Amino acid sequence: PPAHSRNDWIGPPDKHSNLRPVIFYVPPEESPLERRLREARQEAQACNQRFWALHNRAFHQEKEEFIYSRLKAKGLEMRDETGKKATLNAEEMADFYKDFLSKNFRKHMQYNRDWYKRNFTITFLMGQVALLRALRWLRWKKKNVGN
Amino acid sequence: GLFIWHLKSPGVRQIPCPFLHLCHVANDRLITFQYFNFLKRMYVTQCNKDLSQQAKPKSDPVASPFHELQQLDQEKKIIHKIRPILPVPQPLSEPSSRNGLREMKSAAETEDSLTAVRAESKEDRQWKEMKLQLEDLPGILARLSKIKLTALVVSTASAGFAMAPVPFDLTCFLLASLGTGLASCAANSINQFFEVPFDSNMNRTKNRPLVRGQISPLLAVCFAASCGVPGIALLTLGVNPLTGALGAFNIFLYTCCYTPMKRMSIANTWVGAVVGAIPPVMGWTAATGSLDAGALLLGGILYSWQFPHFNALSWGLREDYSRGGYCMMSVTHPGLCRRVALRHCVALVGLSTLAPVLDITTWTFPIISLPINLYISYLGFRFYRDADRSSSRKLFFCSLWHLPMLLLVMFTCKKSFLEKEDKGDLLGGSHGRAMEIKLP
Repeated sequence: PPAHSRNDWIGPPDKHSNLRPVIFYVPPEESPLERRLREARQEAQACNQRFWALHNRAFHQEKEEFIYSRLKAKGLEMRDETGKKATLNAEEMADFYKDFLSKNFRKHMQYNRDWYKRNFTITFLMGQVALLRALRWLRWKKKNVGN
Repeated sequence: GLFIWHLKSPGVRQIPCPFLHLCHVANDRLITFQYFNFLKRMYVTQCNKDLSQQAKPKSDPVASPFHELQQLDQEKKIIHKIRPILPVPQPLSEPSSRNGLREMKSAAETEDSLTAVRAESKEDRQWKEMKLQLEDLPGILARLSKIKLTALVVSTASAGFAMAPVPFDLTCFLLASLGTGLASCAANSINQFFEVPFDSNMNRTKNRPLVRGQISPLLAVCFAASCGVPGIALLTLGVNPLTGALGAFNIFLYTCCYTPMKRMSIANTWVGAVVGAIPPVMGWTAATGSLDAGALLLGGILYSWQFPHFNALSWGLREDYSRGGYCMMSVTHPGLCRRVALRHCVALVGLSTLAPVLDITTWTFPIISLPINLYISYLGFRFYRDADRSSSRKLFFCSLWHLPMLLLVMFTCKKSFLEKEDKGDLLGGSHGRAMEIKLP
């Protein structure tokens, strides 16, 4: 982001987590409340990034392993004669999807609770910060009008 | 468009402007490589030792960036100029050498591969300022509130209103439609607010406004509140309390039951079907003020319709659902998924036959609607038997035109409340007298 920018910047989706990273702007006169908000957002971002990057990587890895084991059971190779990667059809993959979902159920439950809590906290802090800024602006306005 | 990524840390260690300018000039030769096309993904991580922000390139092994750069459908990379900024004390010896490597590679890379990158992906792969532009706001809010889905919901509510056996009251109709629309916008916005990281990971939903950072979560919630509160108030005060209560209940059901349940149990589909069934009931209660059998029948038709519609849709999304952690029948209980879809297609035939029994429509309705109901049941049966992508798509697309057509036929076969006693009324006659438009 350019040096003079006073806003946050959001980037393209991460390759592993599919989440878009945000670079947070730190204003020179950042109040403690604003700092808490920014840190909460950074923490949430880091947490989400970690979770999804690992989770997606595990998914792709296990998917590859599943395809490999199934192909081997059928007596086929990973690549057919033309060199194209062999895939299983949707019905065969369905077993894997079902299995993967049930294996990760508990992990998802925990993540959900965590995410909802963070989401609410961050939004609530945003509300507080917005209110604070509005009051600050009103006070400044009144001071200017008074002068 | 030259970007200098400039590290900031919470503290007073900010780079003064003149210094930046000097760096800029001094490194002009290097910066010429820094085309607008080059983008490198990076994310800010929090260093454990001190709370300073540092930009860290993705921890890929050195070999892979090479590979990445050479792919033609490559993501674009920004080169971040860590080197000129090194004087700001940052322990970046490792990333800076990596950057050196990347700069060399980019120098080696010709412009030909760059021009191969498509313009739209350029738009999508750039870093964007998170500043709300007022002219974008209507589009963003439309996407946030899922405006097309809202329009469909409002039309089912209007169908419910139109089918009610009372004189047509235009103001009431408009108020009910507006109130339902606002309630739907609110519910959809909250749903998107809850689901940001999950939406990012699914292909179908990764372009939503909150995912792309086009709007802040706070604004999304405020928008939802500013739609929901007036919407429900409008329904309660402008129409009748029953409709308002149904609207509020539906918002609650969708945001607090269905949305979290999607990740907990397959029962979410049934809850979602109820959510879809309530709007026509609301339309009916808006017109009559009470929950009659007719309202429940209309709700029942919408309820049954949801299953072939959603189950067919979810069949093609199994991979995304599995990876995203969504508990859907299509993933965990595929057999049940298809059985339920078929069951409800057939139920539609039964419900359509019930309509004249309850004096809502004439007997022409089940006769005329039989072909379309049989057709969707046939597709439901094919889906049940074949269980493949093509049959699921056929069923899904059929459901999209099946519902409007069914509601339209139902409306044209509506039994005029004036002629309820007369069993021999025909289509044309009853239709002409069914509408007494009460002007405000």
